[in-house]
Parts: sequence; structure tokens; C-alpha cells
Amino acid sequence: MSVEDDQSPEGMTRRQLMRHTAWFGAAVVLTVAGGEVISQVTGPGEAPAALANDPNALRFIQISDSHLGFKGTANTAVEQSFTEAIDQINALPYRADFVVHTGDLTHLSTPAQFDQVKQMMSGLNTGHVFTVPGEHDSVDDHGQKYRAAFGKGTAGDGWYSFDMHGVHFIALVNTLGLESLGHLGTEQLAFVQKDVAKLSSDTPIVVFSHIPLFALYPKWGWGTNDATQALSYLKRFSSVTCLNGHIHQLFTKTEGNVTFHSATTTAYPLPHPGEAPAPTPVTLPAGKLKDALGIREVQYLEGTDRLAIKDVKLA
Amino acid sequence: MSMSPAPAAGAPVATTSVAIKGFAFGPQSIKVKVGATVTWTNDDQDPHTVTSQNGSGPLKSKTLQNGDKFQYTFTKAGTFNYLCTIHPFMTGTVVVTA
Repeated sequence: MSVEDDQSPEGMTRRQLMRHTAWFGAAVVLTVAGGEVISQVTGPGEAPAALANDPNALRFIQISDSHLGFKGTANTAVEQSFTEAIDQINALPYRADFVVHTGDLTHLSTPAQFDQVKQMMSGLNTGHVFTVPGEHDSVDDHGQKYRAAFGKGTAGDGWYSFDMHGVHFIALVNTLGLESLGHLGTEQLAFVQKDVAKLSSDTPIVVFSHIPLFALYPKWGWGTNDATQALSYLKRFSSVTCLNGHIHQLFTKTEGNVTFHSATTTAYPLPHPGEAPAPTPVTLPAGKLKDALGIREVQYLEGTDRLAIKDVKLA
Repeated sequence: MSMSPAPAAGAPVATTSVAIKGFAFGPQSIKVKVGATVTWTNDDQDPHTVTSQNGSGPLKSKTLQNGDKFQYTFTKAGTFNYLCTIHPFMTGTVVVTA
């Protein structure tokens, strides 16, 4: 995009507007197919499956909230569940460009738990493994053990960005400096501002964080107190997609140019907002646990503004 | 007709013992004098911590398993907000007066 384009009096070029419209024309479709609950974001009349065989498509997997080391009735075998999620990813009909884990890799940030999760994720058949930390990954050391295990090449407290297939990815850390809500802090906000400064406004942006970057349910800490500032730097972009974990359930919301998608967990469900005194692990009836666990497939075709998102239950 | 106001919900309770139970600190807000030692006891099966908010304060417990205790002696007056880093929706306050 030229500088001229950016300075159009309407504040949005025709090309941007068209893409903008295309993005907003997208629909979130919740379907139940073969007993499998799937949420999909697709353009009108376009099935995500159409991208599945396109060699130009970017394909990645989001997994979240594995809580290795958790002991409780909500899931007595979180390691087994995580193994099944990894097996399910490796059994996909394509090799994902990368797998991102959006935090709470471990339950209590012990060295043994970090060793175990790192070892297990090394079995993923994918080009890259990316992570962001959850608050369970920094319970007693401000994230030092997390960064020792996963922080190579990152800045600040573990944040970073990268580009792939024309998409700009930003991985944020909002689980340190907690004040019950998630928090990014001035240093990281400055990083975001600088990071996107030179990108053209039609670059699709995807942001990873553990805690949601919108006020999903602040009473339970499900929000980030300075996310508005970070998102203000992304306002000029025609497509911004924020992928998070933390709440152990699917949730989708569109606000302006930003679409938020909370992923589910590989470990155990949490209650829906406000439906329990506190967001504590939910023990489901026998045989129902896998319905609450899953992986997320994301596909993007270069030259479009559309991400196709498909949430799949653990098999 | 005038009535003396009832204590506001969450008004600090004068005590040096805080129980961690049902994913909550109880009492959530306490008041003590300078020099007092406060003891937190984890009565939950799940682990918790007692940690100053923002990571910038005097409270920094290790991970407390069921039955574990954490003690801190407050040497300065002030209001000290803390949370459980494992479950950051769990918050508490210690008001220390001279």
C-alpha cells in the first residue's frame, strides 16, 4: 500500500474498505456435525475446507491451557489428554506451518512440569512451536523458568512478533504484573506500537495472548486492563484477529476491526461467566470431559483478509 | 430518623489469621497494627499463593499446598493489596496502621 493510499480523506482506501467489508461479511457459524461442535468463521458461501488443499494457504493450530501437573477430579489425567491433542494434530491430513500454545502449559511452573511439556511438544509434527505464558507458568518467579524453557529469541518479559505468508503475528505476555486482570505494561505497549509502525494497513494482524484482550468477565479477571491501548495501535489495520486461552471455553466476539476468539483447553473446563461463585475447575459427568476439550485449526489464504477458524473436540 | 451506618461490606476485620478456602481469602480485608505477624493457611485442596499485586510489594509466598502456612510481619503502615498468582481473581487486602 502506498503512502497516498493511507492519506485518503475518508481515512480508508477503497481497497481497504472492500476488504473491511469482506471481513465484516464473515459469519461465525456454530454447527453440530457428527456429534462434533464446530465454530467456523468463513466468508459467505465459502467453506474453510476450500482452503485445505491450497498450497498457498497458511495453516496453524492453536492449543491452550494444558495445565501439566494438575491433580483434581476435573481431569485426573491431563498428561494423557495433552498426548491425545498432540496425536490429533499429528494425524491431520496436512502438516501445520506452526502450532501455538496460548499459555498455562504447566499448572504450577515447576521445573519438572516445564521439562515435561517441552518434551511432549517436541513430538509435534510441525514447522515451528510458539508459546505465550499463562499465569500458571509464572506462579513464583515472574516467568523466569518459562523464559528459560520457551523464551529464546524473545524480547522483554517474553514477547515477540513474526511474519508468515503475509500475516503479521504478535505474541504478547499479559500474565505478569497482574492486578487480578491481565496486564501488558508500558514497555510491552511501546513494543506493539513500534512493531506495527512500518506495516501497511492491509497487513492481516494476528495477536496471541493468554488472557483475553477484551473485557470478557472482569469480575473473574477475564480481561486485560491496558488492552485498549494496545488495540489502539492496531485500529488502522483492516483485519485484526486476537486468539487467547485462559477461560477454558470457546467464545467469539467482534468489536470494530478486531475479532476475538477464545480457545478451549486440553485439560478441564471452567464454568461459563457468572454461572459459579468462582472460575474453578468443573468436574463433568463421566464420559463428557472430551466434549469440553479440543484443538483449533486456523487457515489463511494469502491475498485475502479471511481466517477460517475451526474448533475441533478431542477425538 | 437517623441510624448509624452498618459496616460496609468488606470493611477490614481486625485479625492476624487469614484462611484460604473455597478459592477465596477470608476475611478478604483485614486490619493490623505495625509489627503484627499475619498468618495465611491454605485450607483448599488446590495450591495457592499470597503475592503482592504488581509483583511490587512485600508479600511473596511460595506455592502453598493444602495445610501450608505463610507468615509475614508488617513493619510499615499502609494498605497492602495481594492476590493468588495461580488464581488471580482471588484478591485480599491488609490495612496496617501505626
